[in-house]
Amino acid sequence: MSDTTFLGMPAFPVAARDALRDSQLRGNLARATGTIRTRRAAAVGEQDDWEELREAGRALKERTLRHLDRYLLQLEEKVTAAGGQVHWARDAEEARRIVVQLVQDTGEREVVKVKSMVTQEIGLNEALAEAGIDAYETDLAELIVQLGHDQPSHILVPAIHRNRAEIREIFLRSMGEYGTPAPAGLDDDPRRLAEAARRHLREKFLRAKVAVSGVNFLVAETGTAVVVESEGNGRMCLTLPETLISVTGIEKVVPTWQDLEVYLQLLPRSSTGERMNPYTSTWTGTTAEDGPRTFHLVLVDGGRTDTLADPVGRQVLNCIRCSACLNVCPVYERVGGHTYGSVYPGPIGAVLSPQLRGTDSEADRSLPFASSLCGACYEVCPVKIDIPRVLLHLRARVVEQERERRLPKPERLAMTAARWVLTRPSWLSAAQRAGGLGSRLVARRGRLGRLPGPLSRWTDTRDAPVPAAESFSAWWRRTHPETRRPARRRQS
Amino acid sequence: MNARTEVLDRIRRALADVPANEEPADVSVPRSYARSGPAPAGSPAAVDLLAERLAEYGASARLVPEGDVASYVARSVAGLGTGPVVVPGGFPPEWRSALDPDRVLSDVPRLPVAELDRCGGVVTTAAAAVASTGTLVLDGGPGQGRRALTLVPDFHLCVVRAGQVVASVPEALTVLDPSRPLTFVSGPSATSDIELDRVEGVHGPRTLDVLIVI
Amino acid sequence: MRIALFITCLNDTLFPATGRAVVTLLERLGCRVEFPQGQTCCGQMHFNTGYQRDCVPLVRRFTEVFAGYDAVVTPSGSCAGMVREQYGRVAELSGDARLSTAVQEAPPVYELSEFLVDVLGVTDVGAYFPHRVTYHPTCHSLRMLGVGDRPLALLRAVRGIDLVELGAAEQCCGFGGTFALKNADTSVAMCTDKVRHVLDTGADVLCAGDNSCLMHIGGTLSRLRTGVRVMHLAEILASTETGPDHAAAAASAGVTGPAARRAVERTKTP
Repeated sequence: MSDTTFLGMPAFPVAARDALRDSQLRGNLARATGTIRTRRAAAVGEQDDWEELREAGRALKERTLRHLDRYLLQLEEKVTAAGGQVHWARDAEEARRIVVQLVQDTGEREVVKVKSMVTQEIGLNEALAEAGIDAYETDLAELIVQLGHDQPSHILVPAIHRNRAEIREIFLRSMGEYGTPAPAGLDDDPRRLAEAARRHLREKFLRAKVAVSGVNFLVAETGTAVVVESEGNGRMCLTLPETLISVTGIEKVVPTWQDLEVYLQLLPRSSTGERMNPYTSTWTGTTAEDGPRTFHLVLVDGGRTDTLADPVGRQVLNCIRCSACLNVCPVYERVGGHTYGSVYPGPIGAVLSPQLRGTDSEADRSLPFASSLCGACYEVCPVKIDIPRVLLHLRARVVEQERERRLPKPERLAMTAARWVLTRPSWLSAAQRAGGLGSRLVARRGRLGRLPGPLSRWTDTRDAPVPAAESFSAWWRRTHPETRRPARRRQS
Repeated sequence: MNARTEVLDRIRRALADVPANEEPADVSVPRSYARSGPAPAGSPAAVDLLAERLAEYGASARLVPEGDVASYVARSVAGLGTGPVVVPGGFPPEWRSALDPDRVLSDVPRLPVAELDRCGGVVTTAAAAVASTGTLVLDGGPGQGRRALTLVPDFHLCVVRAGQVVASVPEALTVLDPSRPLTFVSGPSATSDIELDRVEGVHGPRTLDVLIVI
Repeated sequence: MRIALFITCLNDTLFPATGRAVVTLLERLGCRVEFPQGQTCCGQMHFNTGYQRDCVPLVRRFTEVFAGYDAVVTPSGSCAGMVREQYGRVAELSGDARLSTAVQEAPPVYELSEFLVDVLGVTDVGAYFPHRVTYHPTCHSLRMLGVGDRPLALLRAVRGIDLVELGAAEQCCGFGGTFALKNADTSVAMCTDKVRHVLDTGADVLCAGDNSCLMHIGGTLSRLRTGVRVMHLAEILASTETGPDHAAAAASAGVTGPAARRAVERTKTP
């Protein structure tokens, strides 16, 4: 099981309550996700073979995952033959140790980093800091998060919860502490803000000797690594330093070079809503006279084999981290990424985190329930992860786990009672009559304003309908006297 | 047990449901998506599409007859003032003939990165271009140089021949060599990290000019 | 053709008028509807809350009650979705091969708009409803069943209706079954936006194909004293010039469109 950088997070409903009070956050998210949804829809809409690409993307991942050991061994052989070194890590702790050691071996005290989900997942920056190594995030949004001593809240745009005014303040306040300060008179025009980031990071790129990256894809057949990006910070990190350390989950491998033709079409359109992202870099081991002289590839398990072991949950490893599911999710849009208590927020986080980390904490147990099951995530997923299905699967796992541990839950009693009534039509009729009678006594104008117990969570904000004086079944039996009464079972 | 053995062992245990005799090819992958693009490689339609798509990214793209390339290269670079311009080895001499030789650096011997940072721009060829996505691909071949050359200077002029323009991503991957370091460039560097508003120009060249030789 | 109505537990208990409207509507279109006794609940609440084992008896009951019919029609997209998408999985989970067979052999289950458009082949059901109406496509009808624009096609053919488009219509209202209780704050935030879009339309009536979502949005509309009513699609389609309660009589007087008459002819032959 993997570590987490968000230890001690409260369960989702509690965290959501706080997030929902933040009107700035609600505004920022609604605006940003609305923009990206429109862009994605346009980019996908013009690709006539989108559904065929999705199916190929899904099937290729299925092929890869079902034969993952073979592809990883092939990858290792090819990377090694091309001059790279491959390292394996069972868990986050081991991955951190490997990377810290590799940096220490170079004698350097600082590294530049290109945005990488897995290094966040394993808490690499904290480990480097403990070893006295400064890690500089170079993706603009990651820079905003790092300078703001904040947590990422989105896979693609980790600072999506910040608006331009907040970003300007963060730059003015913090850039000087880490290097080139923000220019005086900086306004909140995104162009000026991007320019400030360019100036701030340039000196770091030019002097960097070691870079740490993630990867988007690894080609088993050729040993080729792929990084897909927009700003050029990835190219800086992959090209200028002498040593490159790429850290990746074991699920990032694809079988062949040709297979990239599917993902290089699916990813940019799903992710940023572009036909193609500005820069994609591919490299195979090391190349004389071009780029780093030393290349390390660190393959991390970190709970992925636990996920792989579940034939239903396994499909979550298809994920190519495009974040389309976040952008369409009505829950994410309102509560933001921090509420999910993981570097993987949104629908994909709700199915990934409880599998990578297990369901021992209340926060992780609450994640599969953080969805209204509207299905928008599945509809946009470029690799067809049936997120609603996996959510339901994990909900069942949580309920079974609680059943085994005999955790006392009023919900379980209610569900059992409901099953009893619903499997006995005559009991149901009786309950309908009693409910109808009882609630009409307290109802006003045909609406219930306040219900007791857990149902008060409904009536705190919504009126509830009054059970009908005559249920449909009763009406039918009254108006269709020829109808046979329901079979009675063990009833006096 | 070392980490490698243990991770591989965990994977094999996790895949207990996969029949032992199953081969990767037994998992069918339908490739019914389009392999070729909307126009034949090198066709005028493909070239026009490339230019249109590049322009949508904020790059300037111009269709130029072979005989006019040198003057367009000189004119494009003239806007950069008087600073040095990098033209990597292998760039066709007839295309650089109108450049002031005193301004041209060839990266032989390798330019230190700080010096590269002082260069006003870089002029290169390309390995291929993809019309439907507005993408240029560099593979470090003749006239392209190492990857840093097209990254550190703030201006990149790329000259691509019409015959190198394919229509689709699948077509491009078949003509590229994965053993070489490849850079796919689709417009100038950009970010959407501030309110998902697209801003062109962050760390890579903020200006991308493209000449398509017809 | 033997047509069975699956009323669903929610409609049976809280919204019997919807069930009566379905009967009125289908009889007007010439169908003979049966209401198999002993039916209760599809098990969706249990399944979606993680109590999957608890739905096994409900799945079994459903297959027993509806065995032998040619088609099951239900005025609920999410219950139809539960039967169609999940019953096979519940049966598999139970390890009971006979239950799996029973699920496979169960009659097809149609959501009301699918039944009208695909099985009966009608979009003009002879309805009259002179009010401003906006339509919310519920998530399970939209994405699980893929009913597409069938409900809108049916509504467009209603005489006198002023059908107005709902903004951000495809976004979830935030009901989500027990989600509305477990994540009440988020659910309310989602519903608030839905209600805002409903009010923006100036509609008198919000219509949908699922009373569960309507109970949620309607409960909020009611709490806010907006004066906007919610109505199930069936209730609008059952309404005629002579009023919702006399619609059945109107059918026998021949107040149906040509397509509906053709459908009637078709369903008369077994």
